[in-house]
Amino acid sequence: MKHSLRNLIIIFIIFVAGLFTAFPRPTQIKFSFRGINVDRVLNLPGISFNLAGFSFNRDLNLKLGLDLAGGSHLAFEADVSKINPDDQQSALEAAKSTIERRVNIFGVSESVVQTARVGESQRIIIELPGVRDTRGAVALIGRTAQLDFREVVESKEATDEAVFLTLQNTRSTGFTGADFRRARPSFDSTSGKPTVSFETKPESSQKFAEITTRLVGKPLAIFLDGLPISAPTVQTPITGGEGQITGSFTSDQTRELAGLLNSGALPIPVKLIEQRTVQASLGETAVNASVVAGLVGLSMVVLFMVIYYRWLGFLAVVGLLIYGLITLSIYKLMPVVLTLPGIAGFILSVGMAVDSNILIFERMKEELRVGKRWSDSMESAFGRAWDAIRDANTATLLTVFILLNPLNLSFLHTSGPVRGFAVTLGLGILISLFTGIFVTRTLMRVFARQNTEHKA
Amino acid sequence: MNWMRFRPLYLLISGAVIAVSLYAISTWWFKPSIDFTGGTVVEYEFPGPVELENVKTAILQKQNDFEIKDAASLGEKNVQFRFGPDFTEEHARTIELSLGESLDEKPELVRFETVGPTLSSEILKKTYVAIAIASIGILLWIAWQFKSLKFGVSAILAMLHDTIILLGTFALLGHFVAVEVDILFVTAMLTILSFSVHDTIVVYDRIRETSKRSSGLPMIDIANRAVTETMVRSLNNSLTIIFMLVALFLMGGVTIKWFVFALLVGTITGTYSSPFVAVPLVVTWEELRKKMKR
Repeated sequence: MKHSLRNLIIIFIIFVAGLFTAFPRPTQIKFSFRGINVDRVLNLPGISFNLAGFSFNRDLNLKLGLDLAGGSHLAFEADVSKINPDDQQSALEAAKSTIERRVNIFGVSESVVQTARVGESQRIIIELPGVRDTRGAVALIGRTAQLDFREVVESKEATDEAVFLTLQNTRSTGFTGADFRRARPSFDSTSGKPTVSFETKPESSQKFAEITTRLVGKPLAIFLDGLPISAPTVQTPITGGEGQITGSFTSDQTRELAGLLNSGALPIPVKLIEQRTVQASLGETAVNASVVAGLVGLSMVVLFMVIYYRWLGFLAVVGLLIYGLITLSIYKLMPVVLTLPGIAGFILSVGMAVDSNILIFERMKEELRVGKRWSDSMESAFGRAWDAIRDANTATLLTVFILLNPLNLSFLHTSGPVRGFAVTLGLGILISLFTGIFVTRTLMRVFARQNTEHKA
Repeated sequence: MNWMRFRPLYLLISGAVIAVSLYAISTWWFKPSIDFTGGTVVEYEFPGPVELENVKTAILQKQNDFEIKDAASLGEKNVQFRFGPDFTEEHARTIELSLGESLDEKPELVRFETVGPTLSSEILKKTYVAIAIASIGILLWIAWQFKSLKFGVSAILAMLHDTIILLGTFALLGHFVAVEVDILFVTAMLTILSFSVHDTIVVYDRIRETSKRSSGLPMIDIANRAVTETMVRSLNNSLTIIFMLVALFLMGGVTIKWFVFALLVGTITGTYSSPFVAVPLVVTWEELRKKMKR
């Protein structure tokens, strides 16, 4: 009994903590009761702490995946054929982190960038929830982003007429985007036009000063991926390590260009092989309908349990509620990016959690029928049901493991939806084992005992 | 109750359903979604109700380069077309504009999806591999836990039984109601695979326990007792899952409708197959073994 009391306190703490974490934020609270009107938005804080260099920050919002939030799905094939086999993996990782930095330009928090090996081809898969402009995303992400400062090659028939600058009539000064420390969108102080201003790396500022000294009065052409963007004439040598790229830009373009330059050039060429725009509105109606349907289904399960198993069923429902709170909290803490298959995995794990309870209750009924005392029946029911629960859930966890493919084996699923499903199903089973065995059992020991022994 | 007496009946039921399933699979195969075929799916939304045929003719008048592989009406205002993999978003935009000119109302391109054809065979291959690995793993796990190969093999056969029926159902649905199989269907199949085993293990657990307590009892009696004792639990458990799935099927989003249906079929067959396929197989196996010995 002492143990039970201690366990009950633990359960209560878990319940309160779960309630806090799982509570949707922000929530609008609006009701009126006997003339008291309450209408305010409750916005609970997230979790944020630093402990011995380990920082943990969560805003505790549910993260929605591509199919729920809508957005863009892109897959690029990386051309690693020109790279030494030993360096391919690191080149791919470098390309991935460059793309990650570029994705940040969109300001999407739930974006996913992952590398995948499919047969012989190396792929980079990008999911951008909330980004509708797939074409824009492709243009930005797939760009090599080689910025090159070039000088015009003097030729004999040089005239004062403006010549169209090409890679042929210019040559590289050796100053490239790699010499940038930082680029940011700004506005030209005289014309007010959007420009990109940059700072060179400390070690490159000397190089830039030499080039601009040499080219005073001459054009310095700036090429992006082999195409000229502008060719300003150098007025005075630039020695401060700062400069500006002018051109006919819009402010959106300067923001993108600055972002691209900051993210660095892609170390390997990539080719778009798959592009999908997922409609947000489609996702939204699907989600709302499914949530309502889930609630209806859940209440039917609750009703069934309470009607069939009475007081025990009620305790199981309380256990199920705690199960739901823990699951939701863990989704927010990990965080798990929720997708439709993910929700399906969650619902299935609810079914398996209920099954653990039913198994135990049916066992108990049998033990009671034999004429055992109530508390004895309960304890042996838990013991006997455990074998079945363990073996059955292990088999499911085995399948989860194969679907989750944690070792990233290329012959198994590496794509999002199947994995999302496996994550929620696996988590659900582990949590259901905890609530089924620990929470429901403690609740039964403490509450059901007195209640039924009164009856007896 | 003497459940095992009716083994020929179970064989007849399962045999008939499997025969129909295999027939459906072999004659009609599946209606593969874009996940498998690769290609382009384009959806236009009109401001008001629109006739699919009108849109189709308007497209064919302007655009002859691409074959419309499939056309469907989604609700009153939306139409969906499928093209080959060469069809680009540029083409989709061109059609969007030309439709605005030739029809009174200007549509909006609300969906454009392309999937490279290379993904198709990969997904299938990965699924086969996943099922094979999972089956072997589960077979070994059960054989180890129940100390006999017959339990493992029978559980996997029951699982196969459920998988074939699910596949057959979707071959039928694909042929008659144009339901497609997609990556969600693959997910559902893998779920059912583990649910079926989950359910079977619970019944096996009873056989294991009963045979420990009353050794010497013939397998058929042990099996009958185990099936009787787990029947209420099996039905109650399946009912809770079915409640949930029926609610999702009737009221849930369109995107998951057939996914939920696949789970529903799988839950029913999974529940049926444990006492009426997996257990009879074990009993028959044991009887054959005894006969062989003699």
